[in-house]
Amino acid sequence: MSLFVTELRRLTKRRLTRLMLVLLVLGLATVATAFSFSSHKLSPEVVAAAQAESDAQYKRSVQEWQRTVTECEAAQAKGEQTEERYGQNCGKDYQPQPEMFDPKWNLPYQFDFRAEFPMFIAVFAGAVALFAFIVGASFVGAEWNTGGMMNLLLWRPKRLAVLGTKLAALLTTVLGLSVVLGALWTAAFWLIGTSRGTTAKMTAGAWRSIGLDGLRAVALILVVGAVAYALASLGRHTAMALGAAVALFAISEIGIRIAVGVLGVSFGERYVLSTYAQSWFMKQAELFDYDTCQFAKGACEPAKYVVTWEQSAVVFGIGAVAALVAAFWAMRRRDIA
Amino acid sequence: MSAVLEIEGLRKTYRSRKRGVRHALDGFDMRVEAGQVHGFLGPNGSGKTTTLRTLLGLIRPNGGRMAILGQELPRALPAVAGQVGAIVESPQFFPHFTARDTLGLLAQAGELPRRRVDEVLEQVGLRDRAGERVKTYSLGMKQRLAVASALLKDPKLLILDEPANGLDPGGIREMRRLMRELAESGMTVVLSSHILGEIQLICDSVTIISLGRRVAFGPVDQVLAAHSQNSVRVRLEAVTDLPHAAETLTRSGIRVAAAEPDHLMLADVDKPAEVSRILAEQGLYVSELTPVAVDLESVFLELTATAPVPGQNRQVDQSAKVDQTGTAGGWGA
Ligand SMILES: Nc1ncnc2c1ncn2[C@@H]1O[C@H](COP(=O)(O)OP(=O)(O)OP(=O)(O)O)[C@@H](O)[C@H]1O
Ligand SMILES: [Mg+2]
Repeated sequence: MSLFVTELRRLTKRRLTRLMLVLLVLGLATVATAFSFSSHKLSPEVVAAAQAESDAQYKRSVQEWQRTVTECEAAQAKGEQTEERYGQNCGKDYQPQPEMFDPKWNLPYQFDFRAEFPMFIAVFAGAVALFAFIVGASFVGAEWNTGGMMNLLLWRPKRLAVLGTKLAALLTTVLGLSVVLGALWTAAFWLIGTSRGTTAKMTAGAWRSIGLDGLRAVALILVVGAVAYALASLGRHTAMALGAAVALFAISEIGIRIAVGVLGVSFGERYVLSTYAQSWFMKQAELFDYDTCQFAKGACEPAKYVVTWEQSAVVFGIGAVAALVAAFWAMRRRDIA
Repeated sequence: MSAVLEIEGLRKTYRSRKRGVRHALDGFDMRVEAGQVHGFLGPNGSGKTTTLRTLLGLIRPNGGRMAILGQELPRALPAVAGQVGAIVESPQFFPHFTARDTLGLLAQAGELPRRRVDEVLEQVGLRDRAGERVKTYSLGMKQRLAVASALLKDPKLLILDEPANGLDPGGIREMRRLMRELAESGMTVVLSSHILGEIQLICDSVTIISLGRRVAFGPVDQVLAAHSQNSVRVRLEAVTDLPHAAETLTRSGIRVAAAEPDHLMLADVDKPAEVSRILAEQGLYVSELTPVAVDLESVFLELTATAPVPGQNRQVDQSAKVDQTGTAGGWGA
């Protein structure tokens, strides 16, 4: 227990942790603030103004249309060739219709909490996961690098317990931060929704769905933190985790994409990691194979492949467990010099 | 007397695909009695740090037996860790923490009262600088912090790998005093160092290691006595006659241990008068003939065969290799 408290203290004392936390909070605050300016509440006045504007637009274009038709007919009367300039029949068939001037087009953007907040959960998760990755990797990486780990092991010679306790301290901190910042993030967007957007139709079911999205986001953040920690501990250097992440990204997002493209594998994206990240947040990712379509025969439903969030859970779970097992195994076996 | 530290037949082999096999420890033995200050000596790369790391559970040995305070290692390490304070080869600390934070975190991990931190900071002379970041410390200050971290536990066994590394003369002398005080208070200290004058002053006993094996051990005076070798320094009236004299003495069966520019060092001389007679017969006249008290440094150089030879650049790992059986005969080796 004392070691756990010590490690919590060490983590929060670190400059990098504090710096990254400040950056994270600033970043999230900037996104929320900037976004709040782009949303405008659709008050009756705004709706009425939009309606009035569409009406005016409709009127203007009918007048314009009439003017050209008149012009055209005048020209025809003079025996001029009008087809090229005014189209067939002087464009009489193209009279503007009122439904072409939907007032919706004149409405400003309004944030819809129920429909759009899930996307902002993903944004939040991305930012906090990045934080977890950097802080998690450097928490153990710097410790190896500066000999702090060795020092600690002279005090607590149980290697696995030390590595595990440090990880627990990291995950506890990240979890606490995710919960606190997540609550603030939700509150901020709820505020934007009530003051500058809409929070309509937020039934208990909608809240539950958002709650589950939040849980999945937190799970992903913790997994990213744990994997970064495991990689940095395996390589005994912070840069190791960063390098592995870059390599994984390059292989998965570029290498595999190119490979499946060249080989013509259908639904090649199911081998790409970001597909699983997407389905993790959106509950499923749909992949389409347009090669199955023969457009000559008209409209076509392309073949579909669905990646579910459960599949994502399996993929990420296996990855995390593999990294952690390797890190703990190496901790047990390898000399500390 | 009971042994605080026992090592028998310890082996550590490093394997690498490129450079093959290196026996860093090759059946090494060591024994340290309670309440002693024990010097652990050996040339660079002889295996001192490897021994201490293995003892502290940082390295897995390939064979042999170790015990601290009567408890078998590495099995009992968690149980004895609280009684062993150690620094291993200029330890590093997290550079952005202050000395007080660094020690505070260690004390917390070891469930020690916070006041110990200030006590040891005072002891090593860092009291007034304890609030500064370790990054800004000088080499000697870092070394003092390391010693402080080892003392924090108030251990029964204190293991210091080159603690004097980077200390100023005053610091070295303080370290000497500290070691003595700690030993008097009942602590056992194992000290690895290359400053042999220092070791000779503060240690009760020594172990000398070369190429992963013990070449000598025992109380300092006994090791010295066993290797005093009745050394004699000879000066002649004419320095130019020295080569001739060396030749003459060697022919008469007297070992010339070293030929310096202005004198000769002879070893195993029972009767100095004999030397004088042999040289006089050749018309060489002695201006000085002094028995030399050996110091630990010369014994070390001889035992490990690492004395510099003019015109040669000795490489590391070029040192005495003893047979496995050679260490069995007590301090004489
Ligand atoms: N991780 C390692 N891999 C391979 N060889 C190693 C490793 N660590 C140490 N050695 C080798 O083991 C031998 C003993 O090294 P050790 O550090 O114990 O020497 P030392 O007695 O402490 O020397 P010094 O006086 O220079 O500190 C050396 O030859 C060294 O090169
Ligand atoms: Mg060493």
